[in-house]
Amino acid sequence: MQFIGDPEDTIVAPATAPGVSAIAIVRLSGKNAIEIANRIFRGKNLEDQATHTIHFGTVVDPKDNQIIDEVLVSLFRSPNSFTKEDSIEISTHGSQYIVQKIMKVLIGAGARMAQPGEFTKRAFLNGRMDLAQAEAVADLIYSDSEASHHAAISQMRGGFSKEIEKLREELIHFASMIELELDFSEEDVEFANRGELTKLIQNLLAVMNPLIRSFDLGNVIKNGVPTVIAGKPNAGKSTLLNALLNEERAIVSEIPGTTRDVIEDEINIGGVQFRFIDTAGLREPTDTIEAMGVERAKKKIEEAFLLLYLFDLTLEPIESIKEKITQLNDVGTPFIAIGNKKDKADNQLIEQFKLLPNTLLLSATTKEGIDVLKDTILHKVHLDEVKKGDVLVTNIRHYENLLRAKTALMDVQNSLDTGLTNDFLAMELKHALSALSEITGEEITTEDLLENIFSKFCIGK
Amino acid sequence: MFTEYNVIVVGGGHAGCEAAAAAANMGSKVLLVTMNMATIGQMSCNPAMGGVAKGQIVREIDALGGLSGIVSDKSMIQFRMLNRSKGPAMWSPRTQNDRMRFAAEWRLALEQIPNLDMWQEMVSEILVADNKVCGVKTGMGLEIRSKTVILTNGTFLNGIIHIGEKQFGGGRTGEKAATGLTEQLVLLGFEAGRMKTGTPPRIDGRSLNYELMEEQKGDEIPGKFSFTDTTPLKHQKSCYITYTNPVVHEILETGFEKSPMFTGRIKGTGPRYCPSIEDKINRFAERTRHQIFVEPEGWETIEIYMNGFSTSLPENVQFKALRNIPGFEKAKMFRPGYAIEYDYFPPTQLMQSLETRLIDGLYFAGQINGTTGYEEAAGQGLMAGINAHLKITGNEPFVLKRSEAYIGVLIDDLINKGTEEPYRMFTSRAEFRILLRQDNADLRLTEKGHSLGLISDKRLDTVLDKKNEISKLKADLQLIKVAPEEVNETLIGFKTAAIREKAPVINLLKRPEFSIHHLKHLDSSLSEYLNAYSNEILDQVEIQIKYDVYIKKEQHLASKINALENQRMNPDFDYDSIKALSAEGREKLKRFKPATLGQASRISGVSPADISILMIYLGK
Repeated sequence: MQFIGDPEDTIVAPATAPGVSAIAIVRLSGKNAIEIANRIFRGKNLEDQATHTIHFGTVVDPKDNQIIDEVLVSLFRSPNSFTKEDSIEISTHGSQYIVQKIMKVLIGAGARMAQPGEFTKRAFLNGRMDLAQAEAVADLIYSDSEASHHAAISQMRGGFSKEIEKLREELIHFASMIELELDFSEEDVEFANRGELTKLIQNLLAVMNPLIRSFDLGNVIKNGVPTVIAGKPNAGKSTLLNALLNEERAIVSEIPGTTRDVIEDEINIGGVQFRFIDTAGLREPTDTIEAMGVERAKKKIEEAFLLLYLFDLTLEPIESIKEKITQLNDVGTPFIAIGNKKDKADNQLIEQFKLLPNTLLLSATTKEGIDVLKDTILHKVHLDEVKKGDVLVTNIRHYENLLRAKTALMDVQNSLDTGLTNDFLAMELKHALSALSEITGEEITTEDLLENIFSKFCIGK
Repeated sequence: MFTEYNVIVVGGGHAGCEAAAAAANMGSKVLLVTMNMATIGQMSCNPAMGGVAKGQIVREIDALGGLSGIVSDKSMIQFRMLNRSKGPAMWSPRTQNDRMRFAAEWRLALEQIPNLDMWQEMVSEILVADNKVCGVKTGMGLEIRSKTVILTNGTFLNGIIHIGEKQFGGGRTGEKAATGLTEQLVLLGFEAGRMKTGTPPRIDGRSLNYELMEEQKGDEIPGKFSFTDTTPLKHQKSCYITYTNPVVHEILETGFEKSPMFTGRIKGTGPRYCPSIEDKINRFAERTRHQIFVEPEGWETIEIYMNGFSTSLPENVQFKALRNIPGFEKAKMFRPGYAIEYDYFPPTQLMQSLETRLIDGLYFAGQINGTTGYEEAAGQGLMAGINAHLKITGNEPFVLKRSEAYIGVLIDDLINKGTEEPYRMFTSRAEFRILLRQDNADLRLTEKGHSLGLISDKRLDTVLDKKNEISKLKADLQLIKVAPEEVNETLIGFKTAAIREKAPVINLLKRPEFSIHHLKHLDSSLSEYLNAYSNEILDQVEIQIKYDVYIKKEQHLASKINALENQRMNPDFDYDSIKALSAEGREKLKRFKPATLGQASRISGVSPADISILMIYLGK
């Protein structure tokens, strides 16, 4: 059984429209909102704070304490909030990538993705709105659930849903076998094979794990490949970005935040969206490479899919560049060292720098070597491969259900391992099936299980 | 000749008996009208009560103050706890019963209820004024007045019995069918349907050779159904198991062309899980044998019930075939098996109280609602009897939630989903199976039975004492600690892991392989302490501790769903006024008029989005 909107849950959703904007807001509402936010927030202890207060701090992934963004948290205590429940609003930088990441850690910390219109619904249920407004919300839920249903189906590319569906059917068969054992123990029929169930669970996990992992990659595709561009201010970063954009107008869409630390530019290269992050604003020494000992910059670089290290080849001594390339190799993030201002360098210098590994020489001003850079970038991130394998999870709801199904399947395996009796095994199996059903959109009922039993086994005295 | 009754119960089977007893015990003046007083409490099919999921229902009936458990205990000839190896939620008590004693015990029990009158006649009509029931009219034309009527007609409504190409009217072999009622109810606007069930031949036990069969004995330490002071069996009768074979199948096939099933003479739907032997052979041709349970019909009688051999093939084919079953070589038949078709009323026409939506004060219970099985019938009868009394006294209906009892699952399924085939309870139908165990039926339901007036103060006190003892013992086991040097040797002896530091004994109990009875061996003072408790308490505590995580998980899910269950809906709500509802959802809601949001969510065709929308309107 599945319901929309258990009022006991704490729900989360972005409150601002997706797209490029200066800031974005992620909203949490429910009885555990403050506690959940506190789990991912580094700053003051939110649980001790009064209503209607704003707090500066960072959002971290509690799994590895990695910083996701610097944020402002607004805290509202029940009943003085939009929904009349405890609520939190997290103001972050206006990047879809960051918003998705914050959503992900909040869900990991115990929140549930809100259903369409759910905040408004709660506001209404808690006496915030009149009936006319409520009717509007009802229409919204209706249209959104239709739309999201279609969206969900269209998002599930063939391979993904078919494979899960096939394994889910096998799991239904097992669930039926277990039920058969429970309800018809007196019958002269053969029962479920535990070893095969273990194998099936392994198969399911083998399909699901890459899907779960692909969520990150999927988001990369959707929200742009995070690419760190590093280099001293005079190295010509803006010019290079303009050259990559191949347009006259200035592409630097600066996003000044209250805490001012990251600049992002999105550029489409060969059909793939790249999100360029300039680490200059991280309040580290201007050349990020020199600051690699500083944890924060290092994290940024490790998180990136690609690093472009830009230097002015007419100014930098070759020995210091060599050293930096060695350092970059140790970090492990794919990188390209780019010697800019080739047009101003003499041939002898060019010949020397050409010998450096992983290094490309170009002129951002004359655009000489830009096409080579584009090809190199595409090649570096192996996106040609990603685009072919079409099994990618980009929908956070699918991601959520996959995680739930995985947990449930591991519970089933655990029950098998500890030799728990079938009634408990059946219970875990049902949870796993229900999570899988939410992915494939087909709910499984007792009738289906019984039908499966009666069609396959000769039952009854 | 008659005063005005509060409740008239039509039919004296499992549903009728429970209904009449419950309403009368609660204080209503009740008349039980049956076509034949000699067959009150008749087991029309196999001589057994309980079994998987059904045994739980009998325990629930008993905990609520119904009589099926007591009657079964008093007439049992064998007791078995099925599924013992499968975890506490699956343990299912089942008895073989003395068919004649069972009926006699019911009759005696009913005769002891002061408010309960009986009348032997067929009811051919119900009396209705302004869509409200006001009595019944009998075959002789007598009109008997009452405030409510409960119909428990079983398989008698236009019953037709089939044996081969022969067919004749009847509600059971040798008993007349009931006519007139269906037609009247259809005229009143009810939808009726046809169902089919069957029964096997009865055999002379003296003609069987048990040497060729496997013996199936009762439990070594037999239990019982009732939480009252009925006594377990001291000695028991055995059942026997034998099998059909390809020769039997071939002979049966020669009768297929005369089978009422295969020639289409039977129109009603039969159950998939209780197929006739010809159905089994036909659908599962690859199977070379089918199991037959040879069940004695009582202590003294030599009559045998041939469970697993239900058939409506011509009697000579039945006879020839069964003589080829090992042990049946010289079998004599008392009477052939037959199929019976009967009218039922799709139960989606009922409210949660089992009262019909069409006619005020009219209730349906048992096979008339499309169910099969004594236990399912008895459970409905009990609830209909309770609710008829509550209605008269101006009280809210008594409704059991799906998380509270199998009886709740049963009625909820029936009224919301209806049934296409005779409905039988399975544990898999209960989403909270872990909570609905036979061992805790008293803890779940006795207090409810008491507040209804069906359970005595004394019985309630016993259960409350039991609850107190359970919580005390659980708390103590948390406090009592054992040290590694004291117990590790014994633990290893029991093939369970040693402990590394001092630990509360409750932790040991959480291990699947370690039972509360093992604890007694750890330490003499612990043993002395535990011996002060009955086995019943010890077992209950063990279950609650061992499966705590799972029980909590289910309780959590149940409480989430109950939040919807507690959202009452106005049955006259104008669903047309909500434009956002899906067309199918609106149609179903208008038809089913759910009493709660939870009920609405279980109606097929009502989507989660519809429920969300309803929540908004209910919030107002």
